[in-house]
Amino acid sequence: MLEKMIFGRYIPGDSFIHRLDARAKLIFVFLFIAIVFIANNWITYGVLVVFTFLIIRMSKIRLYFLINGLKPVVILIIFTFLLHLIFTREGDVIYHWKFITIYEEGLRQGIFISIRFFVLVILTSILTLTTTPISITDALETLLNPLKKWKLPVHELALMMSISLRFIPTLMDETDKIMKAQMARGSDMTTGSLKERMNAIVPLLIPLFVSAFKRAEDLATAMEVRGYKGGEGRTRYRKLEWELRDTITMFSLVVLAGVLVFLRQ
Amino acid sequence: MDITLQQVSYAYAKNTPFEKRALFDVDLHIASGSYQAIIGHTGSGKSTILQHLNALLKPTDGSINIGDVEVKADKKNKQLREVRQKVGIVFQFPEHQLFDETVLKDIMFGPMNFGVPEVEAKRRAIELTQLLGLPEEVLEKSPFDLSGGQMRRVAIAGVLAMNPKVLVLDEPTAGLDPRGRKEIMDLFYTLHKEKGLTTVLVTHSMEDAARYADQIAIMHNGKCVLEGTPQEIFAHEERLTEFRLELPQSVRFQKKIEQMIGKKLPTICLTEESLAEELAQLIKKEREE
Repeated sequence: MLEKMIFGRYIPGDSFIHRLDARAKLIFVFLFIAIVFIANNWITYGVLVVFTFLIIRMSKIRLYFLINGLKPVVILIIFTFLLHLIFTREGDVIYHWKFITIYEEGLRQGIFISIRFFVLVILTSILTLTTTPISITDALETLLNPLKKWKLPVHELALMMSISLRFIPTLMDETDKIMKAQMARGSDMTTGSLKERMNAIVPLLIPLFVSAFKRAEDLATAMEVRGYKGGEGRTRYRKLEWELRDTITMFSLVVLAGVLVFLRQ
Repeated sequence: MDITLQQVSYAYAKNTPFEKRALFDVDLHIASGSYQAIIGHTGSGKSTILQHLNALLKPTDGSINIGDVEVKADKKNKQLREVRQKVGIVFQFPEHQLFDETVLKDIMFGPMNFGVPEVEAKRRAIELTQLLGLPEEVLEKSPFDLSGGQMRRVAIAGVLAMNPKVLVLDEPTAGLDPRGRKEIMDLFYTLHKEKGLTTVLVTHSMEDAARYADQIAIMHNGKCVLEGTPQEIFAHEERLTEFRLELPQSVRFQKKIEQMIGKKLPTICLTEESLAEELAQLIKKEREE
C-alpha cells in the first residue's frame, strides 16, 4: 500500500531534468510557483499545462506512475474544486437544483484553481523524483549561504533536512513492517469500522515512535564517533556545477513568464 | 490445517519503476502437523513467502489455500481475520511490535482482537509467561523496561496467546545469545510436538533446520529449488553450494571424520548428539571385532 507513495522519493535516471544542477531546479520551482499566478484565462492556463507536460516528457517519468502516486493530492484538488463551484456567486447561473446553485464564474474558478494546484504539485514532485535528496540539501545550503551573515544556522538546517529526507523511506519500511505485525495480531487498519480503524493506529504509532527515537539516538552517536562537529571548515565531496543547460532552463522560465504576461487579460 | 501454494508469483510495487519480482511460480505444500523449514540466502524470497502464509500479501499470480480459504489476486476475502487467527506469525525482531502499557496487556492484545474474553486472555497470558520462563513480576511492567531477550519472549507470547493452529517463525532467534536461542527453539519444538502445532521455520541456520524440521524447502532467487526431508536435502552437498548454502556443522564434521577413517557412517547425522551416538557405536563395533 505504502509502496505507491512517491513523495520525497528519487527515481534514478539520466534525463535532461535529472542532469540539471539542483540549484537550477530549486530556483526554477520557486520562480514557477510565482509565475503560475500570472495566468488568468483559458489560454494562459493552457500554456501552463502544455509547459508542465513538456517537463514531464523531458523527465522521462511515466505519466501513469506520476498520476497514480498523486492520488492523495487529487482528493484535495477535487475538494477545493467543489468548494469553488458551490460558493462562488458571480456570472450566469448554469445549474440550479434545490439549494445548490452553480454559477459560470464558479465553474471557471474551480477549474483554474485545480489546474494551478495540479501543475504545482506535479512540478514539485518532479523536483524530488529527479534529484537525490543529498543534492537538494546541498543546493539549499549554497543558496541560503548569504543568510549566514544574519546568524541563520544554514548548515544545521540543511543537515536536518537531509536527515529527515533520508529517513522517510526507512520509516515507511518500518511502518509497513509494524503494520503487518499488528495485522497478524488481528488489529487491522485497512478494514473495519471507523472506530476500529482509529483504535488500530495506537499499536502502530507507539512502536514507530519508539524506534524513531532509538534511530535518532544511534545516528547521533554514530556521527559523534566519526568526529562530526558542525559545518565549520567542512569540505565537500560532491560539487555542484552550473552549466549551459541550467542557464537555458532559467531562460525558458523567462520566456514562459513573458508569454503569460503577453496573453493574459 | 494444510497450506498449499500453487504457482505463486509476487512482485513488489507492481506497475511502478520500483517494481521488483520476489517470487516466481512457487509450489509448496505444508501438511497439517508437520515442521517445515524454509531456507535460503538473503534476498531469496523467504520472507515474502512467509507473508503469504496468512494473507498479509496476496499473490500477484497463482493461488494459496490456507485450510479451506482460497487466497487469489483478484478475489476479495472476508475470512482473512479467521485465517490470521489460525496462522500466527512471529516476525523477525518481533519485539518491535510491542506497544501497550504493560506486558500483560500486550500479550492479551492479540487474543482480544479475535474476540477471546478478557478472563481467558489473561489466563493465557499468565500461563505463557511461565512457559516462556519469564518471572511473574514482568506482567505489570512496561514492555520497554525489559531486556532485549525478555522483550523477544513477551512478543512471542503475544503471538502464541492467539492459540494459532499454524505457527510461522521468521528467524525467531536472530540476535539472541546461544543459550536463549536453544531455549526458545526447544520450546517451539515442544509446542509442535505436544499441541500438534504445524510449524513453519524460516531461517538461515542449517543447524536449526537439520535438528527440528521434517521437511525442508530451499529458496533461491525467488524460486523453490529443492524440497525434501533433511536426510535427502543434506545428501546433496553440490546442490547446496550451487545455492550458496552450506551443510550443517554436524554433517560437515561427519564428512571430515569419514575421510579420516576411510569409512562411511550408515546415516547422515543431523545433530551433534546423533553423530556422537553413531561414532560411539562405530567404536564399539571396532573393539568387538
